[in-house]
Amino acid sequence: MIWATLLMALREIRRNTMRSILTTLGIVIGVGSVIAMVTLGRGATAKITAEISNMGTNLLIVMPGSDRRGPTSASAPPLKIDDVKAIEREVSAVDKVAPTASRAALIVYGNKNWNTGVTGSNNEFFTVRRYAIERGASFSDAQLLSGAPVCVLGATVRKELFGQGDPLGAAIRVGAVSCTVVGVLASKGMSTFGSDQDDFLVMPLAAFQRRVAGNYDIGAVFVSATSDKLTTKAKQQIEALMRERRRIAPGQLNDFRVQDMKEISDTLGSVTGALTALLGGIAAVSLLVGGIGIMNIMLVSVTERTREIGVRLAIGARGGEVLLQFLVEAITLSTLGGMLGIVFGLAISYVATRALKMPFMVLPDIVVIAFAFSATVGVAFGFLPARKASRLNPIDALRHE
Amino acid sequence: MSAAPSGPHAPSAPSAPREEAVAPLIELRDVWKTYGHDESEVHALAGASLHIDDGEFVAVMGASGSGKSTCLNVLGCLDQPTGGQYLFRGVDVGKLNADQLALLRRSYLGFVFQGFNLLARTSAVENVELPLIYRRVGHAERRRRAMKALDEVGLASRATHTPAELSGGQQQRVAIARAIVTDPQMLLADEPTGNLDSARKADIMNLLVELNRKRQITIVMVTHESDMAEYATRIVHFHDGKVDSDRRVER
Ligand SMILES: Nc1ncnc2c1ncn2[C@@H]1O[C@H](COP(=O)(O)OP(=O)(O)O)[C@@H](O)[C@H]1O
Ligand SMILES: [Mg+2]
Repeated sequence: MIWATLLMALREIRRNTMRSILTTLGIVIGVGSVIAMVTLGRGATAKITAEISNMGTNLLIVMPGSDRRGPTSASAPPLKIDDVKAIEREVSAVDKVAPTASRAALIVYGNKNWNTGVTGSNNEFFTVRRYAIERGASFSDAQLLSGAPVCVLGATVRKELFGQGDPLGAAIRVGAVSCTVVGVLASKGMSTFGSDQDDFLVMPLAAFQRRVAGNYDIGAVFVSATSDKLTTKAKQQIEALMRERRRIAPGQLNDFRVQDMKEISDTLGSVTGALTALLGGIAAVSLLVGGIGIMNIMLVSVTERTREIGVRLAIGARGGEVLLQFLVEAITLSTLGGMLGIVFGLAISYVATRALKMPFMVLPDIVVIAFAFSATVGVAFGFLPARKASRLNPIDALRHE
Repeated sequence: MSAAPSGPHAPSAPSAPREEAVAPLIELRDVWKTYGHDESEVHALAGASLHIDDGEFVAVMGASGSGKSTCLNVLGCLDQPTGGQYLFRGVDVGKLNADQLALLRRSYLGFVFQGFNLLARTSAVENVELPLIYRRVGHAERRRRAMKALDEVGLASRATHTPAELSGGQQQRVAIARAIVTDPQMLLADEPTGNLDSARKADIMNLLVELNRKRQITIVMVTHESDMAEYATRIVHFHDGKVDSDRRVER
């Protein structure tokens, strides 16, 4: 009987091709979208985490201004070169120190011009921020000391001003200053957040301060701790030193901050967490929509199905036999839809993660949950109206409107 | 579990006790079927009593709304009366559960509905096969018997057509084929000639007469056409949910 019922259910699925396809489609969409969304969210999170650790977990950034935005940050005195020297001299856990100051400037070469960021720093900057010199060289000691008007170009700037041409030795104008190109950086590409990490150029700090900025302020100091483990210690030492140098009384808030990458990664982590939650939410909605779709199709056909059940009962089928057939039908469609949904969801997320250069990580839990939910909806809405009908008097089922 | 209602004891009418070995096929005792409540109450059957023996061909007549279809549905165990007793071969049908009723229908009854009730998008032969599936008849045998039944109603050439591809009269004949394919003890037909032209009507009636005579199938047929009723051996007339007259026909 089981075998005969199975055959009958399969025949019914074929007989009601459109209804079967729509039901299956509802489940495919529900399961597929959940899997795609969550897999993408997971891939994005993994990519961001990887990029942060690639920036160096031993990196610290010292900046003037308090954590909180407000009047204090405006009135906080800027950092000076003496602060940088003090950090180099007195903080034992510190390896490399790169003071930086930046501003936007128009740069011109021949008939081309380009708006970009100009940063003044030293050679440690390239190490700490993990930029490689692709052509030419970094700054010589003499250039750094004298504040010579030389610069190293980011890949984007080089492309915009020189195209395929050779920039080394060329004189470009940075704001009002004429400046010789001595090196070009290797491209780092887009950051996770879509900003171009190659759209800037670097000059010796002294040259930047004297010729471009016109003051001796330092915007941020990039510091690398001697090891990952000493990052926290380095941070504490720098904070103690800066409080002393800036004469902050005990109990008063800092008017500067020392950010470490862990902090940044925590912030990003919460952002990506929110992203995953959002995608999960969208996925849950699609699951629900898929479920409602299945429900609709099943309910629309309830009258026809009820009458059919009436016919079957009238010619001698037992309620249980009819029910078994409808259950098999619902399970078959739901399982088929669920499987197709898994394949479809994984395929989409595979293609998307490849395109977005994200890792492709499958979360088995989500696959199982999505499948179980859709299958339950499919079976419930295929089966429950059938159960109701199979308990009617045959004549009432036949007369159903 | 079996609902085989071959009662060993003969139910005896209070006034006229019978001494038969086998109980009569059908006995309706003061059967009521009431729809609705209070003011909107309708008595489709209002104390109908009827006795049908094996081998009879009963035509049920009466005005529209007199309770003919309701009576047939009760006889076919498709509907439950709200009052009175229905004995099938001495077994009180009111005491059977849904599964037992299903087995009773499966084993003994064939039904031709007024509105055919064929499965849509399903070929004629598959529709006729349906009762055999629930009787566990094997695939090849099922097909053979279904084709034979279709042949009997003159529709073998339309076996693969779906109801949508058949005329009303042809659907009617598929419905008859489905009812007789199981060789039932009793065939219940609600206006089986309602959608046919007069030539076809005669064909179908001759088929029913033949089933009744040769295969000893008891037939209860609802009709409002007196010339169709003349094919029967007995005409029962309904009026307001009760049996009004009951007479034998000389063929
Ligand atoms: N499901 C129902 N609900 C309410 N009234 C019904 C229902 N079925 C039949 N009736 C009523 O019962 C009466 C008898 O109906 P029926 O047996 O179909 O008559 P016939 O077949 O003799 O024309 C009619 O008055 C009809 O309106
Ligand atoms: Mg009627």
